[in-house]
Amino acid sequence: MVQTSTAPLPSRAYVGTGQRRIDGVSKVTGQARYAAEFPADGLLYGHVVSGGALANGMIERIDASAAEAAEGVVRVYTHENRPRQPWFDSTYQDQVAPPGIPFRPLKDAKIVYSGQPVALVVARSLEVAAYAASLIEITYREEPFRTDLAAEQSNAYVPPEKRAGIEPPPPDRGDVDRALAEAPVKVEASYFVAAEHHNPMETHASTVVWNDGKLTVYDKIQGVVASKEYLTEVFGLIADDVQVISPFVGGAFGVGLRPQYQLFLATMAALDLQRSVRVTLTRDQMFTLTYRPHTIQHLALGADRDGRLTAIRHEAVAATSTFEDYQEVVVNWSGLGYRCPNVAFDYKLAKLHTYTPSDMRAPGAATGVYGLECAMDELAHAAGIDPLELRLKNYAEEDANTGNPFTSKQLRECYRQGAERFGWSRRSAAPRSMREGRELIGWGMATGFWEASMQQTSARAILSADGRLEVATATADIGTGTYTILAQIAADAMGVPIEQVDVKIGDSSLPASPLEGGSWTAASAGSAVEKACFGLREQLFHHARAMEGSPLANEVLERITFAGGRMAVANDPSRSVVVADVMAALGLEKLAAEETAKPDQDAQENYSAYTHAAIFAEVRVDEELNVVRVTRIVNAVAAGRILNLKTARSQILGGVVFGIGMALEEQSELDHRFGRFMNHNIAEYHIPVNADVRDIDVIFVEEHDDKVSPIGVKGLGEIGIVGTAAAIANAIFHATGKRVRDLPITPDKLLRDGDDGVSSGMARAG
Amino acid sequence: MNRFSYVRPDAVAAAVRERASDPGARFIAGGTNLLDLMKYDVEAPSRLIDITRLPLRDIQELDGGLRIGALVPNSDLAYDRRIEERYPLLASAILAGASPQLRNMATTGGNLLQRTRCVYFYDTATPCNKRTPGSGCSAIGGINRQHAILGASEHCIATNPSDMGVALAALRASVRVAGPDGERTIPFSEFHRLPGDEPQRDNNLAADELILSVDLPAEHFAINYTYLKLRERLSYAFALVSVAAALRLEDGKIAEARLALGGVAHKPWRDEAAEELLRGQPAERASFEQAAGQILSGARGFGENDFKIELARRAVVRALEQAAAGTPQSQSDKRVQ
Amino acid sequence: MQATETDPRPGNGTGEPGPIPVVLTINGTERRLEVEPWTTLLDLLRERLDLTGSKKGCDHGQCGACTVLVDDRRVNACLTLAVMLDGASVTTVEGLAQDGQLHPVQDAFVEHDAFQCGYCTPGQICSAVGLLKEGRARSDDEIRELMSGNLCRCGAYVNIVAAVRQVMDGTGAGR
Repeated sequence: MVQTSTAPLPSRAYVGTGQRRIDGVSKVTGQARYAAEFPADGLLYGHVVSGGALANGMIERIDASAAEAAEGVVRVYTHENRPRQPWFDSTYQDQVAPPGIPFRPLKDAKIVYSGQPVALVVARSLEVAAYAASLIEITYREEPFRTDLAAEQSNAYVPPEKRAGIEPPPPDRGDVDRALAEAPVKVEASYFVAAEHHNPMETHASTVVWNDGKLTVYDKIQGVVASKEYLTEVFGLIADDVQVISPFVGGAFGVGLRPQYQLFLATMAALDLQRSVRVTLTRDQMFTLTYRPHTIQHLALGADRDGRLTAIRHEAVAATSTFEDYQEVVVNWSGLGYRCPNVAFDYKLAKLHTYTPSDMRAPGAATGVYGLECAMDELAHAAGIDPLELRLKNYAEEDANTGNPFTSKQLRECYRQGAERFGWSRRSAAPRSMREGRELIGWGMATGFWEASMQQTSARAILSADGRLEVATATADIGTGTYTILAQIAADAMGVPIEQVDVKIGDSSLPASPLEGGSWTAASAGSAVEKACFGLREQLFHHARAMEGSPLANEVLERITFAGGRMAVANDPSRSVVVADVMAALGLEKLAAEETAKPDQDAQENYSAYTHAAIFAEVRVDEELNVVRVTRIVNAVAAGRILNLKTARSQILGGVVFGIGMALEEQSELDHRFGRFMNHNIAEYHIPVNADVRDIDVIFVEEHDDKVSPIGVKGLGEIGIVGTAAAIANAIFHATGKRVRDLPITPDKLLRDGDDGVSSGMARAG
Repeated sequence: MNRFSYVRPDAVAAAVRERASDPGARFIAGGTNLLDLMKYDVEAPSRLIDITRLPLRDIQELDGGLRIGALVPNSDLAYDRRIEERYPLLASAILAGASPQLRNMATTGGNLLQRTRCVYFYDTATPCNKRTPGSGCSAIGGINRQHAILGASEHCIATNPSDMGVALAALRASVRVAGPDGERTIPFSEFHRLPGDEPQRDNNLAADELILSVDLPAEHFAINYTYLKLRERLSYAFALVSVAAALRLEDGKIAEARLALGGVAHKPWRDEAAEELLRGQPAERASFEQAAGQILSGARGFGENDFKIELARRAVVRALEQAAAGTPQSQSDKRVQ
Repeated sequence: MQATETDPRPGNGTGEPGPIPVVLTINGTERRLEVEPWTTLLDLLRERLDLTGSKKGCDHGQCGACTVLVDDRRVNACLTLAVMLDGASVTTVEGLAQDGQLHPVQDAFVEHDAFQCGYCTPGQICSAVGLLKEGRARSDDEIRELMSGNLCRCGAYVNIVAAVRQVMDGTGAGR
């Protein structure tokens, strides 16, 4: 429930400041341990053997004899000899699984995608396992496969079963065909977004420590609860026999939402061998996990001569696997981003013989809003209206997809502050009209949208007699700053110095928390921690009031403030009690409270909740050589309460850098003859390097939201990327006059004359 | 990585003997490419001969030029005062490549031996004539944005990934090597090979030969030069196209020209006819366009890399303009001069 | 010839040579170790010496997460064979703080929030320490270029440059 004004808001000594990360020292000194870094006695190392250059077929023969004979090898597992405990459940679907049948490694001889795990070598050292893996000989029987999205467009279908938590496209409204036919200004274009792999710097790993049948599992996961549930459901383990721990996660961006195959393999081997086993994936094997699906979009926009939208049609065909229907929200944004009476949507999937795509930073929005925001830029150009002016003219005051008002929406202020900081008013409208030396200068902008939500989360707060405060919930910190913001919230709630606060997360034995994703963690875990602290306050107050001669006698909680280790009557600080004295008087070593925070049902049903951003980008493009430099970005974000100015800014900076990669560099390139992503390393799959990034200015626009979460937070993890690629693409158009509708915008595409971007892009990707 | 034995000789002759006695052996120095390939099971030497203790770490004067020991690390070479002052083209090319860490490890000799970045060469699951002769070239008809537009064959369209080598080609360096029968010197232009029907052979070094030094001739080109590298991100990426250009100008005319391309062929690409075309011409765009046309006259694309022909043409012109103006490309300021 | 040679022992049925003794000074402490020829410095640090601060992000010199200082020069530990370092001095992220005091680069990274997930951070920090020792970077452009061998997927580059800049200005190593 949302906290109402019955409790006094805690003092804000920490929340809203630029508090340094409380886990910072452990990270800069190398003490922070990640999943593959926990020691265990007698640890064995598993190395995964990846399947060959075919995407469909059968393993005809697998010869592991040389590997098994290598000194130091303990066991080689294949589909032929893997343990077949009766409780293996091959149908269990993990928390965010799309409809379908999840992939299970070594299930049978079937090859369903190129590079799938086909064997696990377990050995006494990392080096021996990798070496022995190279000795395994496999012959395959190839069957036809399809990995060409462009070619499969004609077989695309509306997913029959919806993915939980993913809103399907809303009903069409108005008459788009007619509105388009009558529109004096219209644009129509196709846009392509390349497949991308998440590539967190830490590769996936699981260390499964076996102790007399009980498992302690260190897993790379965006929520230990998901791994634990997977292990109990798939392996039939008793909940008490499994503890999953993940104090630090070396980036994830969505690839850690679903338990990945190394967890299955390490656990399988540990249970079978009754030994501790670690399986770490190689960087190349990270390209055999999930990916952002490449997507073909078609947009048509119509407007009157003043630039008021009369029609939007947004269609998309996205890749999925042959065995699961992965879905994300791609086209719905066009129904709520702007005011428009006639809107039509279409969202289809095409089955490819690849692994199942998955959520990757701002799933769906990064893709769909890119299409919408480029189309808006094209419309602005066609109508002869400034791109920012066009957006203001069509500003949506309510969510037309649902008819609901927004919980809060300070997007206008984002536009205003962002434009002012960027100097947008000095933009010269015509493409190719700004230059310096041999470089064309382009200014582009776009809007960003992302869902704001909180999820039910439990947390515990324990106050010790020595004054230390521990707050705990099972959630994760994947670099987002969760440790720090929870410490800030707890310190403020209890009025103690932050140095006295211990934060425990990333442990399945702690109070339940959802996966860290969807930008909901700060709102969810933060609210739960605050509520648990409020529970402590209440207990302390009741104890204090009941003490003999209590200065708080006859007071009510609502009038009590907690600060400096004391409970005091608001407006009468002379009447106060030292918290430690209460604990001592009662002989309490520890006082604990556990609470569960839930989203406001009424707000969820009657309001639409989104974060918003206005992104302004400057690019400089060498006129002849088409070298593109992103020299300046201003991203003005409205996302409710900002808990920590440092970590919040870092979230947006990171999203923007992700967006630079999406706009200019990132693409997982399929060779359809092998059904294989070929640039499966991070020398050939380009993510931005330091030299690619120059000035990024982040503005947090003040926004009060009392509906999304009790603590006023709306979330920041994804909004930074949404719209960034569009702003850059629009800036490149403004600089060069070339409209490349095919991400990433690599030099070859700019070299071509004309604006046939999407067809060329699909030819390459397809 | 496969199992192998390890030996660390302290004399050149001993190292050469080790190599000659075991055809599966490989020299290792910086290791930045060999270990990379061994971890991918592309290379599987039976023995590693660690040459890092051999006395090949000096840069010495040589008849007005310089003799660079094979073990001089890339960064030491790029930041050597004599190189900075006399051969800034070489320094610039080195600093355009790899990363500071890799440049601290990689050696002068090793740079000449680095293998292609072709994704099929690196992936043992796919056919590749360079890795497995006779298995076929997957890059033809495949992912080939990085691949060759000059000098390729029906068996292989891989490119040499070196930046340093492009400058060495332009500077007309030579490579001094030692073998069982003594020393010999190979002109840089003859060091690397075109793929032909033996794409497994990157160069003309005999199996039992060891690089001793790279020798730079006396002509420096310290004023009118540039190394211009175009790639898909602004640092730490292999070249789509790179150009080493060096000019000696006299009275506004080109007295001497050097031009080499990287990222476009199985070897650093030089075209003496293009250099000859420039000689005696005014240092202006029309001359540069003519030279660019010449050096790319035999260029051919393979689909995805078709664009590199036009990109290379423009890059050559720009590089010559930079060289002529005496405004070499900065490797840290990413604005193309 | 004074050479270290290992015995391939073809007769032991495995073809595996034995481990080779090396002496390494790691974070100021001399260590006498026996290593297999194929053991990289990175695997030695992480799997045998429990110095897991140096990270494995790619194992191929593509990301810089494994960056350590060998004889004060920054290198990729993943592409360095331990056996080849006999006699060398290695400094990892665990060896930068002195007497419980963070190295100025470490402190600047925390102050500027120059990381998020922390996985590339030890490599970034060792790389920055190496960069400062080299003394080649002056401008922000040069810091960016000379820190480009360290990928950060969380995208902390703006803050990394600010952190390096602060230390550079503070120590007078910069402009």
